Amino acid sequence: MTEGCPKHCILMCVLLISGKSKEAEIKRINKELANIRSKFKGDKALDGYSKKKYVCKLLFIFLLGHDIDFGHMEAVNLLSSNRYTEKQIGYLFISVLVNSNSELIRLINNAIKNDLASRNPTFMGLALHCIANVGSREMAEAFAGEIPKILVAGDTMDSVKQSAALCLLRLYRTSPDLVPMGDWTSRVVHLLNDQHLGVVTAATSLITTLAQKNPEEFKTSVSLAVSRLSRIVTSASTDLQDYTYYFVPAPWLSVKLLRLLQCYPPPEDPAVRGRLTECLETILNKAQEPPKSKKVQHSNAKNAVLFEAISLIIHHDSEPNLLVRACNQLGQFLQHRETNLRYLALESMCTLASSEFSHEAVKTHIETVINALKTERDVSVRQRAVDLLYAMCDRSNAQQIVAEMLNYLETADYSIREEIVLKVAILAEKYAVDYTWYVDTILNLIRIAGDYVSEEVWYRVIQIVINRDDVQGYAAKTVFEALQAPACHENLVKVGGYILGEFGNLIAGDPRSSPLIQFNLLHSKFHLCSVPTRALLLSTYIKFVNLFPEIKTTIQDVLRSDSQLKNADVELQQRAVEYLRLSTIASTDILATVLEEMPPFPERESSILAKLKKKKGPGTVTDLEEIKKERSSDMNGSAEPASVNASAVSTPSPSADLLGLGAAPLTNSAPPPSSSGSLLVDVFSDSASAVAPLAPGSDDNFARFVCKNNGVLFENQLLQIGLKSEFRQNLGRMFIFYGNKTSTQFLNFTPTVICSDDLHFLNHFLCLNLQTKPVDPTVDGGAQVQQVVNIECVSDFMEAPILNIQFRYGGTFQNLSVKLPITLNKFFQPTEMSSQDFFQRWKQLSNPKQEVQNIFKAKHPMDAEITKAKIIGFGSALLEEVDPNPANFVGAGIIHTKTTQIGCLLRLEPNLQAQMYRLTLRTSKEAVSQRLCELLSEQF
Amino acid sequence: MQFMLLFSRQGKLRLQKWYVPLSDKEKKKITRELVQTVLARKPKMCSFLEWRDLKIVYKRYASLYFCCAIEDQDNELITLEIIHRYVELLDKYFGSVCELDIIFNFEKAYFILDEFLLGGEVQETSKKNVLKAIEQADLLQEVSKFSFSGQSISMVGCDLKKAPVSLSL
Repeated sequence: MTEGCPKHCILMCVLLISGKSKEAEIKRINKELANIRSKFKGDKALDGYSKKKYVCKLLFIFLLGHDIDFGHMEAVNLLSSNRYTEKQIGYLFISVLVNSNSELIRLINNAIKNDLASRNPTFMGLALHCIANVGSREMAEAFAGEIPKILVAGDTMDSVKQSAALCLLRLYRTSPDLVPMGDWTSRVVHLLNDQHLGVVTAATSLITTLAQKNPEEFKTSVSLAVSRLSRIVTSASTDLQDYTYYFVPAPWLSVKLLRLLQCYPPPEDPAVRGRLTECLETILNKAQEPPKSKKVQHSNAKNAVLFEAISLIIHHDSEPNLLVRACNQLGQFLQHRETNLRYLALESMCTLASSEFSHEAVKTHIETVINALKTERDVSVRQRAVDLLYAMCDRSNAQQIVAEMLNYLETADYSIREEIVLKVAILAEKYAVDYTWYVDTILNLIRIAGDYVSEEVWYRVIQIVINRDDVQGYAAKTVFEALQAPACHENLVKVGGYILGEFGNLIAGDPRSSPLIQFNLLHSKFHLCSVPTRALLLSTYIKFVNLFPEIKTTIQDVLRSDSQLKNADVELQQRAVEYLRLSTIASTDILATVLEEMPPFPERESSILAKLKKKKGPGTVTDLEEIKKERSSDMNGSAEPASVNASAVSTPSPSADLLGLGAAPLTNSAPPPSSSGSLLVDVFSDSASAVAPLAPGSDDNFARFVCKNNGVLFENQLLQIGLKSEFRQNLGRMFIFYGNKTSTQFLNFTPTVICSDDLHFLNHFLCLNLQTKPVDPTVDGGAQVQQVVNIECVSDFMEAPILNIQFRYGGTFQNLSVKLPITLNKFFQPTEMSSQDFFQRWKQLSNPKQEVQNIFKAKHPMDAEITKAKIIGFGSALLEEVDPNPANFVGAGIIHTKTTQIGCLLRLEPNLQAQMYRLTLRTSKEAVSQRLCELLSEQF
Repeated sequence: MQFMLLFSRQGKLRLQKWYVPLSDKEKKKITRELVQTVLARKPKMCSFLEWRDLKIVYKRYASLYFCCAIEDQDNELITLEIIHRYVELLDKYFGSVCELDIIFNFEKAYFILDEFLLGGEVQETSKKNVLKAIEQADLLQEVSKFSFSGQSISMVGCDLKKAPVSLSL
């Protein structure tokens, strides 16, 4: 039965396989290709057989991994042959080597159309397979209307129905908008009752996919699926004949039916619901029965159904009894000798851990899971164990789980270290009762896996230490001790430098950690560190000057040394010069005010969690987190104390009087009193705490400013804020107009611009440099005052700054915040380019990290002119006649920052029928693509 | 299912089936990465792994690796049995199938796969029904073949056919 491939082809295969070297193979193939080309081009018309022979050869050569750029036309010719074998090879060639050449597609579609109309089931089958294999939009346009008819026609053969169902599924996946819903849908649902199990199998996949998008329309499938499933699970193993697989009745169909049911909530009809529960119980019972065969295929098929049933039980999350039984079953699998089952049990238990009914049951398996972490030989299984430990963690077992994860981290595979670090950091923070434990844990993390501790993690430990004064002394002592190690990770130096700079005084009483010893210890690490760390240490030194006047001269000597004052790095040099000057001329009082202890941070969601979510993708982490959050809201002490109440009015914070300068909280807007000027800004710029939460509706307003520069940003009964701004390259200027709408004076009127990037002051390299002039603290009734903000974009940034305004009106204190629309796209310069240039650059940016894509529903009417205006307003050039599809929009531009320039390409594809857009951004920097895509997606 | 790849222990791709539209360049890149990843795994390791945002299910039969990429909600174990059923189908059709059968008769391997899986979903699980479809087609082929004069095919390369070990089921 090997005659399918003509003799020459087989000969060639033999030659190729026995070929000695790669070069010989290529030489042989080139010769063959030349031969085929000449045959195709020759004067003599080839007969069908020869055409088939050569097309088959080309296919073979392609499958060996060589490029084929001709022969498509000959393959298309074969499609219209009356000989089955020629037609078949033609279709195979088209399926494997699709070409979007529109001329050919038309010819291919013609041939398919003829075959579909032929009423010959074998030909129809070939044509449907071809559509399902290629699945292009052009094919959807041509056949999406036709195939449903074939599918539900009474006289269609079973095998053709099967192909038609899956063919339609493929078209629906590529072009959902082209598949019209209609009468046929109800008839498709009834295919679940078909006598032919093959037809049911194919139809179930189609129905599942359609039901996901149109649940209402396919609701009746639930009861049909349940009764079909019920008949299968209760059948004897021989009932279904050839659909029984190793004694398991119709496992593929069972899995598909269980998947379909996961598109819906538990059935409302009690009879259906009861029947389904029975099915699920039967499946769980069968797992306990002795196997009917020793073959792995038997147990795999049986367990495939079992796992899918458990997924459905978890999806419904409504039957405590079933959930606990599922958990026990998975518990047995945790110790199974089959690695595959252990892997799946760990994976499945992860989702069970998030159900309140089974969380406790999952926890009982903690020892087994910890054991898996230690003994599994396969890293992918260990990874699952880490995930499960994370999911089952709560206050009762946090210490044990964190300890085990730290243990594992010492030997963990490099590929999963960063993720474990994030997980440990989150668990330690979330379930800390005793913050000394938290500090120890994070320092251990840095010691064990310093390279994998990202900035978010060590920023967070500092935030927490600053916000909790009960742990500050302990933290200072612990970092001091940790820094004694001869070789410690740079991240430890950063944390140590920061904490000692703030709280070193708390341990200075002990002669073993006297000020001078602390300083010498830190300075002994100085020369081994990178520039940002050294910059941070210099800030620590100036804080020491304030905390410990007795070592002022020692520190001044260090600052004065050539290696600092003449450092090649501008940042370090500037710090050294300015700190030295500050320590010399400022009085102790001023020094004390300037270098006051950091005020507490406003509480917000941990940035680490955000990072983990980003790493793992949405879904897994979110679900667990949200449920956990509800469950632990009363236990989790860390999040509450400083959170601001939701009303727009709040009391002035204690730190408002930070500098003793009256009402103005010190920020960029109020220059420090000493002559040292703006350099200190970065030390304090986040110090305005108790900032009001964003005013309601300000996000909408913010979005409107992404593509325009002037307008009213905010308005309530008292105040109106207007904006006028201009941007050029990486610089910008914004005029903010504050209008008093009342007839009464505003007193202590204090607008403050805050860069909201988490803790950016630690970073010392601001992404966005903002300078504002203070405004007159009194605004008369009906008057308007103006404030200028000078803007410099240093590097790309995510968060827009916050404008916080505090004032007294009548007897009440007003406090409100709005997002200031300074967004990355403001620093766009449009770039015109030709179509060729555009696509060349587009291709150059093909690394998946450089591209960010978003598909979203249109929020506004889809008007091409408005879209164009928005893209231009966004700042990029709108390139006409570049995209082959005139309905699409493409744009190009350069984002200017002080440090770099980033080229950006964008493409927006509207889909009118579906009222959707697809937006693709490609830039050389992932974060930039991401941010621009977010900003622009909000506009349509 | 997003795609299925068959490759040899030496990393030679023997069959590829893609159920999602990808450029040739991407296909080559994916193949290269995946072949490397799978070949690097030890025999006793688990048959599933996470790769990008997909789940990979693979199994080795003699000298050939069968490797499927499925999506997050898809069922790993049933995919493992999809692979096994496909091998059974090949085995039944060729009679203890071996790697060379798939090389020489790649078009048959594709036709059988199309009868079994379509658009990445299981179309027909009955071994009888799948093989019946293929055999019917073969019958049509016989008829058309004899209509050629003198061009019928002698079994060149037949001696090579059964030489290597079969894909031992």
